[in-house]
Amino acid sequence: MSYNWNWGVFLQSTPSGSDTYLGWLFTGLKWTLTLSLSAWLIALVVGGVVGVLRTAPGKALGFLAATYVEVFRNIPLLVQLFIWYFVLPELVPVKLGDAFKQMNPVAQQFIAAVLCLGLFTAARVAEQVRAGIQSLARGQKNAGLALGFTLPQTYRYVLLPMAVRIIIPPLTSEFLNIFKNSAVATTIGLIELSRQAQQLVDYTAQPYEAFIAVTVIYLVLNVIIMGLMRKLEKSLRVPGFIVAGK
Amino acid sequence: MIEFRNVSKWYGSFQVLTDCSTKVDKGEVVVVCGPSGSGKSTLIKCVNALEPFQKGDIVVDGTSVGDAKTSLPKLRARVGMVFQHFELFPHLTITENLTIAQTKVLGRGREEAEQKGLKLLDRVGLKAHAAKFPGQLSGGQQQRVAIARALAMDPICMLFDEPTSALDPEMINEVLDVMVELANEGMTMMCVTHEMGFARKVAHRVIFMDQGRIIEDADKGEFFGTPRSERAQQFLSKILQH
Amino acid sequence: MYEYDWSTIPAALPILWEGMKITLQVTLTAIVVGIVWGTLLAVARISNSGPLAWLAAGYVNLFRSVPLVMVILWFYLIVPQLLRAVFGTALQDIRLASAITAFCLFEAAYYSEIVRAGIQSVSRGQISAALALGFSYGQAMRLIILPQALRNMVPLLLTQAIILFQDTSLVYVIGLADFFGASYKVGDRDGRLVELLLFAGLIYFVLCFAASMLVRIMQRKTA
Repeated sequence: MSYNWNWGVFLQSTPSGSDTYLGWLFTGLKWTLTLSLSAWLIALVVGGVVGVLRTAPGKALGFLAATYVEVFRNIPLLVQLFIWYFVLPELVPVKLGDAFKQMNPVAQQFIAAVLCLGLFTAARVAEQVRAGIQSLARGQKNAGLALGFTLPQTYRYVLLPMAVRIIIPPLTSEFLNIFKNSAVATTIGLIELSRQAQQLVDYTAQPYEAFIAVTVIYLVLNVIIMGLMRKLEKSLRVPGFIVAGK
Repeated sequence: MIEFRNVSKWYGSFQVLTDCSTKVDKGEVVVVCGPSGSGKSTLIKCVNALEPFQKGDIVVDGTSVGDAKTSLPKLRARVGMVFQHFELFPHLTITENLTIAQTKVLGRGREEAEQKGLKLLDRVGLKAHAAKFPGQLSGGQQQRVAIARALAMDPICMLFDEPTSALDPEMINEVLDVMVELANEGMTMMCVTHEMGFARKVAHRVIFMDQGRIIEDADKGEFFGTPRSERAQQFLSKILQH
Repeated sequence: MYEYDWSTIPAALPILWEGMKITLQVTLTAIVVGIVWGTLLAVARISNSGPLAWLAAGYVNLFRSVPLVMVILWFYLIVPQLLRAVFGTALQDIRLASAITAFCLFEAAYYSEIVRAGIQSVSRGQISAALALGFSYGQAMRLIILPQALRNMVPLLLTQAIILFQDTSLVYVIGLADFFGASYKVGDRDGRLVELLLFAGLIYFVLCFAASMLVRIMQRKTA
């Protein structure tokens, strides 16, 4: 088994001549970050709303929220992505579908991937939000109401501020997941990191260098995010409050 | 001030309150006692509609609690409540705990709210702890802050739901002292508690409940002297022996 | 409006079933190997024996930081060379072999975390009691701790299995025709991608939803 290592490959210019292979990696990283962070924004907003609805009184909304979570949790991410990318443009009103299909391919890939990843992660965030709110003693809600807060005020001033602190650790792992899951977008051709790894293999015939480089980038991303989230957790820590562990 | 008119409540098919009628007059201190599961906590939570009831009505200072048109937040803002587990908001400092409802519910200015809150904090003897968080205080201290928090809303009456039963024994008295002082000032109070010493000292009337019914509703002297019901006698003999 | 045509699906069922067999093969192998290998990793990790615990932690953290897509691609790259090194000749189609290897080793990292949490959920007094009775560390683990831990972690192990079942669809990236790959191929061939993708989504949903309901019922019974 002889393999010719050549780390210099990253400095070679690509066939089009306008960029180096290292540049490709940066482009990939840029798309991975853009996709993951935009999807995370969607996941936080939608997941927050759905999670709160699951704990709020009112059966109809609670049922809708529960259905959302079940649907998005029980279909593979890849299948969801293909449905966003290939199926929905056919099923929405023709005008909208055509408008989508006339966009440039990268925009199409990005929109499908960001919606897919965002709404998929939202279902998981919603479950964490629900668990966080429910882990607060019922008494907190009563205490808020007894002071004359309306239900929305009780959520805003009493329940959510504590719930947010409680769910930071599980949310951290969802945040890490969104970066890893963003690699699925390679299947519809978005040139994020893992797509670039495959392209490098095709173009340079130096698969190990390409894969190792991309794997290391993912590892570094992971470490950075964990560090940032730990900082956030520390800055929000409430003196004297210990999360009740059962 | 608080009038219960034939209040009944069910959890599904299980009846937790049966036909409860009684009243608490202005300036009166009423103690509610009874074995666990007798419905006393549920009854007191019906006053500010934290627990809904299905039959009968409760009228607080002329406002019907059961009426769908009644604004519950407005009603609750006028009725103070103290909980078994304190329920201070752990993410807010003591000062913020005392002011948040004043500013957000009553619309008071920050300064006014803070002044009021700190005055009450001083009254319960905890002024030095204003900048701390609830988790940094002992249970007894937290409960005193909780009383101050309720008082900051200038309530027309106060509800106490087993305010001392989650406390270590050595902290019970510091809370009871605050309550006694409040009673002596003429606050209208309804207290679910097992502290019979407190009842003897300041209560005007004692209500005894069992299995969701009000079994006994008597003046203090009468209740501790010659309770009419056998259940109340048994209960008293059990808790007074220890 | 889009005009649905579901007529290609009945004829395609045999192909889809062949795909489902691959999906199940990958899933079941990865569950069994993943749990066994994952348990060994977990025990190594909490064993307090320096290098072994360190290696196990490194393994778990490495696999948990890298996207599954990358892991599948990695093994598609490595496995053929390993096979050539071991057997001297290349196998005809190594996609299935490399996919199974990737999933087994990848899932083991996730299972090991579940097992570790399960072991740590058993109170420390139990291991002291077992050691005080004269059991060796290995015996105490095998006879006292793991049986208790297992009961606590069965729901999580099953939930992970459901996730794994869904994740096997990612073998698409190396062109292996599992259930999803087969659905895509048929849809693409017949120009009925919409119907086939919706059908695949529905089948996944029904299976996974039913399985997660079962887990929930089990959880309620054991709780």
